[in-house]
Amino acid sequence: MYDEPLLFEIGSPGRRAVALPSDDLPPEVELPAFEPELARPSLEGLPELSELEVVRHFTRLSQWNFSIATNFYPLGSCTMKYNPIVNEWAARLTGHQNVHPMWPDQLTQGALALMFELEQMLAEVSGMDAVTLTPAAGAQGEFVGIKMVRAYHEQNGNPRKTVLIPASAHGTNPASSVLCGYRCVEVPVGGDGLMHIADVEARLDDDVAAVMVTNPNTLGLFERDIRAIADAVHARGGLVYIDGANMNALCGVTRPGDVGADVLHINLHKTFSTPHGGGGPGAGPVCVKKNLAPFLPVPRVLQTDNGFKLSEDAPLSIGRVRTFHGNFGMLVRAYTYMLGLGGDGIARMTERAVLNANYLRRKLEPLLTLAQTAPCMHECVFTDQGLADTGVKTMDVAKRLLDFGFHAPTIYFPLVVSGAMMIEPTESESRETLDAFAGAIARIVAEARKDPELLKTAPHTTRVRRLDETRAARRPVLRWRPAAPVATEPVVALELKEPDPEPALDRS
Amino acid sequence: MDYTPHTEADVQAMLAEIGIARVADLFAHLPEDVRLGRALDIAPGLSEPDLRARVAALASRNRAEVLSFVGAGAYAHYIPSAVDALASRSEFATAYTPYQPEVSQGTLQAIFEFQTITSILLGTDLANASMYDGASAAAEAVLMALRLKSGRARDARGGRVLVARSLHPSVRDTIKTYVASMDDVTIAEVGFDGSGRVALDDVAGNGDASGADIACVVVGYPNFFGIVEDLPAIAAWAKERGALLVTVTLEPLALGLLTAPGALGADIAVGEGQGLGLAPSYGGPGVGLFGTRESFLRAMPGRVVGETVDGDGRRGFCLTLSTREQHIRRDKATSNICTNHSLCALAFTVCVSLLGPGGLRDLARLNARKTRYAALQLAATGLSERFSGPTFNECVLRGADVPARWDRLVRRGIVAGLPLGRYYPELEDSLLLCVTDVHRRGDIDRLASEWRAAGGS
Repeated sequence: MYDEPLLFEIGSPGRRAVALPSDDLPPEVELPAFEPELARPSLEGLPELSELEVVRHFTRLSQWNFSIATNFYPLGSCTMKYNPIVNEWAARLTGHQNVHPMWPDQLTQGALALMFELEQMLAEVSGMDAVTLTPAAGAQGEFVGIKMVRAYHEQNGNPRKTVLIPASAHGTNPASSVLCGYRCVEVPVGGDGLMHIADVEARLDDDVAAVMVTNPNTLGLFERDIRAIADAVHARGGLVYIDGANMNALCGVTRPGDVGADVLHINLHKTFSTPHGGGGPGAGPVCVKKNLAPFLPVPRVLQTDNGFKLSEDAPLSIGRVRTFHGNFGMLVRAYTYMLGLGGDGIARMTERAVLNANYLRRKLEPLLTLAQTAPCMHECVFTDQGLADTGVKTMDVAKRLLDFGFHAPTIYFPLVVSGAMMIEPTESESRETLDAFAGAIARIVAEARKDPELLKTAPHTTRVRRLDETRAARRPVLRWRPAAPVATEPVVALELKEPDPEPALDRS
Repeated sequence: MDYTPHTEADVQAMLAEIGIARVADLFAHLPEDVRLGRALDIAPGLSEPDLRARVAALASRNRAEVLSFVGAGAYAHYIPSAVDALASRSEFATAYTPYQPEVSQGTLQAIFEFQTITSILLGTDLANASMYDGASAAAEAVLMALRLKSGRARDARGGRVLVARSLHPSVRDTIKTYVASMDDVTIAEVGFDGSGRVALDDVAGNGDASGADIACVVVGYPNFFGIVEDLPAIAAWAKERGALLVTVTLEPLALGLLTAPGALGADIAVGEGQGLGLAPSYGGPGVGLFGTRESFLRAMPGRVVGETVDGDGRRGFCLTLSTREQHIRRDKATSNICTNHSLCALAFTVCVSLLGPGGLRDLARLNARKTRYAALQLAATGLSERFSGPTFNECVLRGADVPARWDRLVRRGIVAGLPLGRYYPELEDSLLLCVTDVHRRGDIDRLASEWRAAGGS
């Protein structure tokens, strides 16, 4: 495969790609006078290229990626479904792109109506009362949600101290809770992969501000005790946070708001199909029950007799979490998706996501070891236990899958499963694709018995082979520099006690 | 329209393989009392033409055609055609976080290039793979400064945060929200003087008089009024007190003309990248820029991409230093941030690559001069500059009857800047005007003549 140098290693000094807007000012209009120190002496180091060089560079880079558009991407918990092209068209309409966030409301009624209607659709799907579209991502949604939990308890005279989080949770759950001043108490996961009411009750006291539950959980299992857990937490004055990362399994079947949730976030880039973008931008709306509505972040979208307006008039609000109102471009895409699917299509989306997951689970059962045998929802988790005698590990299976043109599952997550492979096919994939994936796994399992070295040295067909991630962490090179620098250890002011990272620990 | 490929025969065959009779049986293990038991109350789905008609009708209710002179953190600039063509490629747009580096080298190399360009523009040793936006990047910078000040890699304790009143109001509000749950952290506001710059003598708050308790000073560069702060003086002031300097640049194009904040003493330089390559899009998504010193690397929030080699010794890139991050460290992470704004960072990188150093400098100069031209034209209508400090592409103008004239112009399809009374009661008679390369000279002349006419009635 061809090599493509860095932007900074191609081009030539003085070369320019674009002609700038013309200077139509009278020549006597001068630059403002800065202190000499404030006038930039140089922009040295920035690339100097022709348009073709830029186009070829980034087109080549794009071809080194796996993506939903090019490959089956069964990354568990990430909901890598098809991202419809019409949503991209919608986000690029002049009436959406060229709208300024600080314009008066009378010029932005379309945007406000879109946000209002999207809030209503999300409230209906989740069974909640009020919605904020502001958070930029799921993690920022969690931060907003837990901040509201804290504001609610403070309003009642005591912020409380802890948040209960199951061991199977995403890492963002504890990190977000700590950011809001809470200590996390881990609830163990039962032998059946579920969170049990008895384990919650054993840790429940008047210091518990909330329980944070992902449902379905990261094993792809529906938390059967959810209603009882919610009742128990409520009885002690605590609140229930549902992490809606896996909402794709629930739409039209059950609603978190009907089974005890006080607050939940939804990842629009998962369930509602906005493209993941290689790691964002996403959007993480937060839905709440009436009891938490006064604490929602600002601004809020309000419907009045004179149309829609943005309001910051909310004295109990947790405040603002970003410069403007939300990742509007992503909201347009999610709105277009939901409107296109409609209530019937949204329900069918969930049915077929669960159908595909259970079908693939059945196809893979004879080949790999299931972490849990109970029926799954939108994803299923396998382990590498059955391959122990071959020395082949989950990492090797994942890397070998790349050679067959399939993206790897999420691996080594959830942490409660040793050597986990978390597989989420989504509703977008055809039976033939699922069969082909199962076929690849069958071949890999056979290879593990016959030629394990082939797997341990995989991938063999990709742009690069396995990368030395330890070296990347030990001697961080985080940017290009003009001359080859003498390799030195960075001066580390705040050396963490923990060792450098283990090889990539995948999760999403 | 639901984008699922299943034929009825597929569904039946798959159910048979699973060993159940009906689709509903997939959910048979859910307790009876958690089921919705009715259809969702959302209108039925639409065909693509009907969907496009609905969405286009809604978009047309936004008055995108008005002549706008509003900046205030979101900037309309010329965006070369190649930016969207490249950044919208499905191979970039529909990839996930590059957890499998062997099949994500495109995204990873582009982020490494983004980190390099961002470090050059900010003048910092290094930059991360991007944050959500300018305000959340500023809030994360404050949390990082508090951690550094208290000598702890995480769960910082105590300290005073000085925030310039001339910093964007939304950025100040966001910082407040992020630190509100921290005990012993206070925020004090520092006022501005007649030049529109930070008045360092005006350090409010009840902290230690020596200033030794100040964890960081946060200023805009340029600030909300479009004024270029005297960064060397502020840096010296902060250094004397052992405080870190955090700069916030919401208009990245300004860095084509202004000395990089990192070169003038900023310890953490953050910003918003939207102005280079991204449309305003009603305020999002943008891309948070975050740069700092190498010695602070392990206290930095957010993802980073590093260079390494593969098994054959070839150069390659991967996510690195993840022991700072939530997916490894959980409750002990430097931040809860999980994603970056990768696709927006890509658009920013493509845009800067197309402009190059010469284009960036010339475009920045054009912006600064257009703003000067507008200030001169408007001076003839009775609007005078409120502050004496040097501006980039925004300036504050005051005059008689500002709110009423501004209203009249909105009705005539011109948004003559942002009236400031709502954000600064002391600037009730002023507005913040932004002029960029999207404004032709005729647009500016029209603004001046309409403003004059609006006062005549």
